[in-house]
Amino acid sequence: MFRRNGSQCVATFAVDEVRVLRKVAGEVVGLLTDGMDHTDPVVGRLFPDIYPDRPDDSDEFRLYTEGDLKTGKIDQAGAILAALPDEGEGEVRLDGEAAEAWLRAINDARLAMGTRLDIQADTDLGEELDEAVLRDPGSSRVFQLSVYAYLGYLQESLLNALPEIE
Amino acid sequence: MVGMALPQVAPVESPEIEEAPADDRPWVTIVWDDPVNLMSYVTWVFQKIFGFSKEKAEALMLDVHNKGRAVVSSGARERMEMDANQLHGYGLWATVDRD
Repeated sequence: MFRRNGSQCVATFAVDEVRVLRKVAGEVVGLLTDGMDHTDPVVGRLFPDIYPDRPDDSDEFRLYTEGDLKTGKIDQAGAILAALPDEGEGEVRLDGEAAEAWLRAINDARLAMGTRLDIQADTDLGEELDEAVLRDPGSSRVFQLSVYAYLGYLQESLLNALPEIE
Repeated sequence: MVGMALPQVAPVESPEIEEAPADDRPWVTIVWDDPVNLMSYVTWVFQKIFGFSKEKAEALMLDVHNKGRAVVSSGARERMEMDANQLHGYGLWATVDRD
């Protein structure tokens, strides 16, 4: 988890955390680069229709803006990959700009995972996880739910470690 | 400039032109509640994008959270589109509409 150190946000990650963060950031990049499927609800959530009742206007707006939006999202996921140690455990030190990229990228990853996991406003993550473990502790849902929960704590810790906005 | 005295000019009568009434309601950017974004993150995004104080950003975030949606900016259509696009960059669910 992140803590403040001078003007930087600093975290020490264990081997598993580095591996998980590389995986989720890589998955976001993959989702955005492999010819996006606009019928995929995850893509729909990351690139919402700006005019929900006017699909033509939404599409036209998308035509002009989606490229830059996508590049921005790929760059911010790239900021996670760039700051992490290549392998093994290690310390990550983020200046203000990198911390912002991390926050946005963690958020994109949480949106993607939350959509796939069908997280709702009344979802109790602890209960979901308990149920999933009872069904099959080795299931992919158990892994996805724990990563989703972990990313939430990580994002919150980074928000708390940020210097106050002037 | 404000406070300058204007010369008295009689208004010129302009010919009446029959037009469909223009829709002069302003455009608005709406942020919708969603089950994933952290409340602290949404507050931070409002501070970051709109330059709101923490108190104002927090109040707006709570509005989104409690009512399901809230207007975060209003004005010219192009500006609202820019705001919504910027919010999408931060992963908030934003749309543009007439007030």
